Amino acid sequence: MSKAFFQVDDLNTWFFTRKGTIKSVRDISFDVSRGEVLGIVGESGSGKSVTGMSIMGQIDEPGRIVSGSISLNGEELTKLDFEEMRRYRGNRIAMVFQNPLMTLNPLMRVRDQMYEAIGAHEDVPRNAMHKRCIEALRAVGIPSPEERLNAYPHEMSGGMRQRVVIAIALLLGPDLIIADEPTTALDVTIQAQIIYQIRRQIDERGLGMIWITHDLSTLSELADRIMVMYAGAMMEIGTTEEIIGGARHPYTRKLLDSVPSRNVPGEKLKQIPGNMPSLMALGEGCPFASRCERVTEICREPVPATQLSDTHRIWCLHPFEN
Amino acid sequence: MNEPIFEANDLSRSFTVGSSPFRDLANHFLHDRQPTVLRAVDNVSITLAEGETLGVVGESGCGKSTLARLIAGILPVSSGERRFRGEAYESLLARKRDALKIQMVFQDPLSSLNPRLRVGEIVGEAAVLHGVVPRAKVKDYVVEILARVGLPADSVGRYPHQFSGGQRQRVGIARALAVKPQMLICDEAVAALDVSVQAQIINLLMDIKRDSGLAMIFISHDLGVIRHLCDRVAVMYLGRVVELAKTSELFASPTHPYTRMLLEGMPKISMQRRKFMPIQGEIPSPLNPPAGCHFHPRCPIATDHCREIRPELREIKPGHMHACLNIEAR
Repeated sequence: MSKAFFQVDDLNTWFFTRKGTIKSVRDISFDVSRGEVLGIVGESGSGKSVTGMSIMGQIDEPGRIVSGSISLNGEELTKLDFEEMRRYRGNRIAMVFQNPLMTLNPLMRVRDQMYEAIGAHEDVPRNAMHKRCIEALRAVGIPSPEERLNAYPHEMSGGMRQRVVIAIALLLGPDLIIADEPTTALDVTIQAQIIYQIRRQIDERGLGMIWITHDLSTLSELADRIMVMYAGAMMEIGTTEEIIGGARHPYTRKLLDSVPSRNVPGEKLKQIPGNMPSLMALGEGCPFASRCERVTEICREPVPATQLSDTHRIWCLHPFEN
Repeated sequence: MNEPIFEANDLSRSFTVGSSPFRDLANHFLHDRQPTVLRAVDNVSITLAEGETLGVVGESGCGKSTLARLIAGILPVSSGERRFRGEAYESLLARKRDALKIQMVFQDPLSSLNPRLRVGEIVGEAAVLHGVVPRAKVKDYVVEILARVGLPADSVGRYPHQFSGGQRQRVGIARALAVKPQMLICDEAVAALDVSVQAQIINLLMDIKRDSGLAMIFISHDLGVIRHLCDRVAVMYLGRVVELAKTSELFASPTHPYTRMLLEGMPKISMQRRKFMPIQGEIPSPLNPPAGCHFHPRCPIATDHCREIRPELREIKPGHMHACLNIEAR
């Protein structure tokens, strides 16, 4: 797609530990367009969160971005120094984490935290700040935002706190929001409310969003495109219809099949045998090979990408027929 | 209908929040304020038949974990009675050997398994201590139990931290099974696991249920998991059971407005982008629940008497109960 404003190319993020090199993210490439939600789905250890942290420039020792490029509106982010990156963070790219209690400062009122976020990037008079905060809180569906501004995080429910975090993320009008399991800790009825409000903001403001999760069900209802990761590598990427309705990669199929709601109640769930391989001991070939029922000798060799349609790409030598 | 293995009548459990000796003393002299009481479980009556799996579903703070601990007998009740095969818990729990008939599997195996013990000791300890198996034979016995939950024999000498999350949950299940329980309570036992691992553990629990006819209470916030595993489901909201029915019936024709809201909010794998409807209202604080029907502030069909009268759980169809004043059987 040509209207992509955000691009990741051949990203490699590795962690150099005493025990060996953990290749958390290997050769990841994708883009995001305005008004689009790209879902990244994977299990623990798939590298989905490290991908998000790499974009935010928050990979700490002993890890680093080994190679690859991340560009926003044509500007290369991996080349920026700390101070330049700081100006991007929160301002052009914002991040929302799973646990709002870890993101919010427990000792500060919501108002002060929001003022701080604006003040870090812009010089705005107080009453203008106040107006902007109220608007942001209202946009994510917080009732009586004036009162909420004076509250401390512990005085709010989990859903309300996560809304505040999202409001802070929206404050500076970023181009891209990265959300890492933002609704996983919330109850279903609250999750549905928040997703509704986020989707509306994305459509109205033309933001791009990367939604990182292990939950395919939520993604299938929210995302425009879905990227499937496994053991640090991309398995499949395509529109939501292509992935949910026409997955070709054996791993994506297995992942979809193991969701309880796709199985007949009371019957055994289709499960994936075995465990994810250690990220230190990966060979050249497909990381899913050891658990795959379609595996052959050639799967031990590096697997090239196959373009199935303009939007659908897959890394598998024995894909399912459509 | 089988004879129930477990029965709870008007079970309640309250907690006093923020109580400390100092505050109590201060309140005593200053006649300040009443301590805040949280009614975590409020007049819950349920039964569990032999070989049955009962699901308890609800959102955070609805009291489902407290209910699990009451049923497991690790938390005393504030009022109400619990019976296991007709016998009151108070006398049952006094006999340690019989108390083992009720076992529990927890959400986080890392915090429920002793990190300093090897798996062999974790699984075998209680069984030896209570004479389920003689000490001389415990090694073979543990290996047999581990095989049943899909763990290799060499796990015996390893510590909990050396396992992955899914394997650790298998250890937790093996620990519970080792004392030959007759009732198993699983509190969010698969909530922390990845989808593919979750499927493995759910299948394991289904195998155990099929092979041994173990009665189970399965507590979860995940409707998909509940639907898959349970024969009957109880839906809880702020300490009360609001609907109780056969799983197929509950999912096909829920009657209580809260259950309907919950089912609508349940994410499903679908090909279409969902029109997420803004559901009104927050979950109220369990410390200060609304009067009458707890659900009335969020309920689309609430009327005046919902604000005043507490709806009792009543049967509206054979085997289908709910607590709503406004909806009759359809």
